[in-house]
Amino acid sequence: MLDKTVADFETAVADVHDGATILIGGFGASAVPTELVCALLEQGARELTIVNNNAGNGPVGLSQLIAAGRVKKMICSFARSSNKLRPNAVAFAEAYRGGRIELECVPQGTMAERMRAAGSGLGPFYTPTSYGTALAEGKETRIEDGVGYVLEHPLKGDFAFIKAQYGDRWGNLTYRYAGRNFGPVMAMAAKTTIAQVDRICPLGQLQPEHIVTSGIFVKRIIEVQRDQHA
Amino acid sequence: MHKKLSREDIARRVAADIPDGYYVNLGIGIPTLIARYLPDDREVILHTENGIVGMGPGDEEAPLDLDLINASKEPVTLIPGSSIADHTDSFAMMRGGHIDLTVLGAFQVSAAGDLANWDTGHPDAIPAVGGAMDLVVGARNVYVTMEHTTREGVPKIVQTCDYPLTGESVVDRIYTDLAIVDITDAGLLVTAMVQGLSFEDLQALTAAPLQLKQQIMRL
Repeated sequence: MLDKTVADFETAVADVHDGATILIGGFGASAVPTELVCALLEQGARELTIVNNNAGNGPVGLSQLIAAGRVKKMICSFARSSNKLRPNAVAFAEAYRGGRIELECVPQGTMAERMRAAGSGLGPFYTPTSYGTALAEGKETRIEDGVGYVLEHPLKGDFAFIKAQYGDRWGNLTYRYAGRNFGPVMAMAAKTTIAQVDRICPLGQLQPEHIVTSGIFVKRIIEVQRDQHA
Repeated sequence: MHKKLSREDIARRVAADIPDGYYVNLGIGIPTLIARYLPDDREVILHTENGIVGMGPGDEEAPLDLDLINASKEPVTLIPGSSIADHTDSFAMMRGGHIDLTVLGAFQVSAAGDLANWDTGHPDAIPAVGGAMDLVVGARNVYVTMEHTTREGVPKIVQTCDYPLTGESVVDRIYTDLAIVDITDAGLLVTAMVQGLSFEDLQALTAAPLQLKQQIMRL
């Protein structure tokens, strides 16, 4: 029997090793797998490379991991606080200005596509995004039909932490509204994808044509109990 | 003495120029205001980078739903006909030329249509590009809304941008508080100016040579 269900968060993240690259889903505060990130904080792995659209989203979760000095490098599109009135990437800003963390700033679509390439078995690819800008410096470029392109490389994760709405024991997933964001692409781009969901349904209950991420991309699935909500 | 358009006036002016059936991505600032002024007799479909196609205005009565936000992380609603895409598809919509129009703010625009709007270049600034570079290379039309000069009176339309670029030769049209300027192969073409402003005065506030369309509109 194929059962990817994991009973507790501690077990879900137990094998994350020092130096791992972890893809963490979410856009702003939408679909952030906070419980998995908090479990990683407890677990203790260090020297991590984290791929996330943002560099923290309020004081809980990723910001705690950064403040604890556990993140060596952030790969993200928007590392600044998106809300000037309520800064939400404070820990990152302090670590960055203090020279304690590396940043690779990647255009958002390039970041998504680099993960899609990794998950789809593709090698480097050319994209017009960032051509002629500072973010293309040092990268191979070419001009095709008058359009400039920049060579970008696949972005693979050792682990992906994602949040979905419903799932089943095979790891099939559906997402709620725009909470879908990076979930599907991160799920395919990591060796070990761990999905936290609001509810694990009996196998066969999710409509096959409504499933957005096939369980083939998911290794572990865990239900967030209400009292576990961070 | 000439008048200046307010931010709302600029947004209203752009809204009036968006054709029925266009798929549009609106940036932060003045562009966000455009959604308020879209004419009722047109269906303009708003796209947001986090995957909503067919986005409605935020509902202040409703509790905050984190899965219904726009690129600025502000609350939005779904409208009849809206759909949800994941990030790869959402950015394929941009890069693949499926977005008809994007309207963005800018620090500077050059005579060749180079856009600088993502980084001040200040040594202390944390680089954060978001989706800006994907959007400008891919959208079929790129409009910029901005004040014609900085608060200190320094022109924002320049010969060459000194802020870091978001994209090269990407801007098609600029709507400022003083004028509408098209970026053409022959250079910067002024198609509209506010009442009471002379072409010479506009040129003096612009750091790149302007040309005047024969029949211009007065704003």
